[in-house]
Amino acid sequence: MLYALCFLLFMIGLYCAVVKKNMVKIVVGIMIMEYAVNLFLIMLGFRIGGRAPIVGQEDIAGVGGGLTELFINKCVDPLPQALVLTAIVISLGSLALMISICIRTYEKYGTFDITQIRRLKG
Amino acid sequence: MSIPLPVFIAIPLVTAFLLPIFGKKGKGVATLLANLATISLLVLAVASIGQDDRVYEVGKWPIPLGINLVFDGLSCLLLLAISVVSAAAMFFSIRYMEQYTAKSKYLSLFLLMVAGMNGVVLSGDIFNLFVFLEIASIASYALVGFGCEHEELEASFKYMVLGSIASAFVLFAVALVYGNTGSLNMAYISKAISRPLNPGLAFAMGLFIVGFGLKAALVPFHAWLPDAHPSAPAPISAMLSGVLIKALGVYALARVLFNVFGISVSIGWILVALGLLSMVAGAFLAIGQWDIKRLMAYSSISQLGYVVLGIGLGGLIIARDGNVAWASLAILGGLFHLVNHAVYKSLLFLTSGSVQMSTGTRDMKQMGGLAAKMPVTRATCTIASASIAGIPPFSGFWSKLILVIAAVQASFYWVAAVIVFVSLCTLIMYLKVQRYTFLGELPENLQQVKESKGSMLVAMVFLASLCVIMGLLVIVPTLKDSILEPAVKVLTDGLAYSAKIIGM
Repeated sequence: MLYALCFLLFMIGLYCAVVKKNMVKIVVGIMIMEYAVNLFLIMLGFRIGGRAPIVGQEDIAGVGGGLTELFINKCVDPLPQALVLTAIVISLGSLALMISICIRTYEKYGTFDITQIRRLKG
Repeated sequence: MSIPLPVFIAIPLVTAFLLPIFGKKGKGVATLLANLATISLLVLAVASIGQDDRVYEVGKWPIPLGINLVFDGLSCLLLLAISVVSAAAMFFSIRYMEQYTAKSKYLSLFLLMVAGMNGVVLSGDIFNLFVFLEIASIASYALVGFGCEHEELEASFKYMVLGSIASAFVLFAVALVYGNTGSLNMAYISKAISRPLNPGLAFAMGLFIVGFGLKAALVPFHAWLPDAHPSAPAPISAMLSGVLIKALGVYALARVLFNVFGISVSIGWILVALGLLSMVAGAFLAIGQWDIKRLMAYSSISQLGYVVLGIGLGGLIIARDGNVAWASLAILGGLFHLVNHAVYKSLLFLTSGSVQMSTGTRDMKQMGGLAAKMPVTRATCTIASASIAGIPPFSGFWSKLILVIAAVQASFYWVAAVIVFVSLCTLIMYLKVQRYTFLGELPENLQQVKESKGSMLVAMVFLASLCVIMGLLVIVPTLKDSILEPAVKVLTDGLAYSAKIIGM
């Protein structure tokens, strides 16, 4: 169910990026797509009632030999979170570039409407 | 001595971040450093021919825990193509980029793009591949808009929107693959996938095809390319058309489909269809163009169709349990065409840059008679045109010949007919370039045109001589066995990739 909602968010972003005429809205659409993917990654690693994948002193003392089992059965998968951090940094980079190109285009054309920014043809 | 793999990524990456320090005053030093970086990459790539099948574990984390870099035949081939084209384009930029400001920023973006592409072809980890893909893409978005004029900004925005959508698709597919297999290492994913694919993985494969197809500008995902490639400065057009669409698009697609998911009949047909569509549509659209760089950009789409067609045909034959020799011939044709196209298309874009710098226009209607004024540009452009049109003995002839032979052997006669037909269209479009640019009457306002000088000529002559001798790659058995055959074998072996990497 949650996955379906996440996919819906992705499709909303795609729709927004493809259909909208305003450059800023297109950028927002692309960002929604990327957030949907990030959300999806986080949900992959999530488990209800899970615990942080960090082993403290008391865990070692309390559980003893079953540490690996505890880790596998209880903890949240840490890998997707690392992936999402990387993906966020990358999308920040591309967002900054996209916005700066929008600003430069606005300076040149005086509009954000892509139907009026049409010098390239053929 | 075997060359440590991270060097291929580290050299351009470190140099890229050093260059902006020099700023305006140290422009000469920055240019020198950047050229040293690309030339040393070329030397290293040539030196590492034949050292196939090596795995480097980043940070000494054993796979599948850590990230790994894999160097096999296919990576080696792509690495060679990237370093040849980037060395030539960088050398060309020494003089060509004098007309722009902020040269050191340009150089560092250029090197970032090279680092990203080298990372993509070396990575053995699917998420790491995505990261390097984004490094190369973001650098290329910025480079397309480097001139900051109306058309360049518009093209850059268009390219960036479609490129970002493609990246989101690829990331989504990576997430789906991780959710289904619990691994990010390509070899382990390939081991964990049960075939036939479950719906989640099949969907991921579809996303990969669309994502990488957008990056490779295959028809019907090609809308950004004819705007983006002409708008970039000429050396960057050469890089984009020459290697970027191949490393980010075709290589990644082939790697994921052949080595990770495994090729099937339907996927083979999809690749063949994409290839044929790109070839025909690209060629038809190119013939009508009057902007010299735009014509070349459309022809890139068409030529990339050949590469995808060859690889897809090979995959199709393998998936049908056909003759492996025919399949490897088709893939050989595709990969050889990939390398050839990297060389002659970048040369064509460099010559167009040379023409544009001298005449100040890209419109072929305003040119003419430049043959007498710019003899070297004319000669190199003619060699590249002959090569792309498939006139023997230039390189393009051999790869197209191999593709035709492979198609006929596997009894795809109509495919062979289409290949020959598109080749004729290519001949027509480059005759048009020759006729309107270099022959005919010299217009009044171009009487003072001078030949380009120095580094631009050296880069063009270097690539032109490669065009002439590249045919040797298939004729001389030792060269063929050391460069092309290992790359073909990576794809024909398909899923054996996984066992090979895990076994090392």
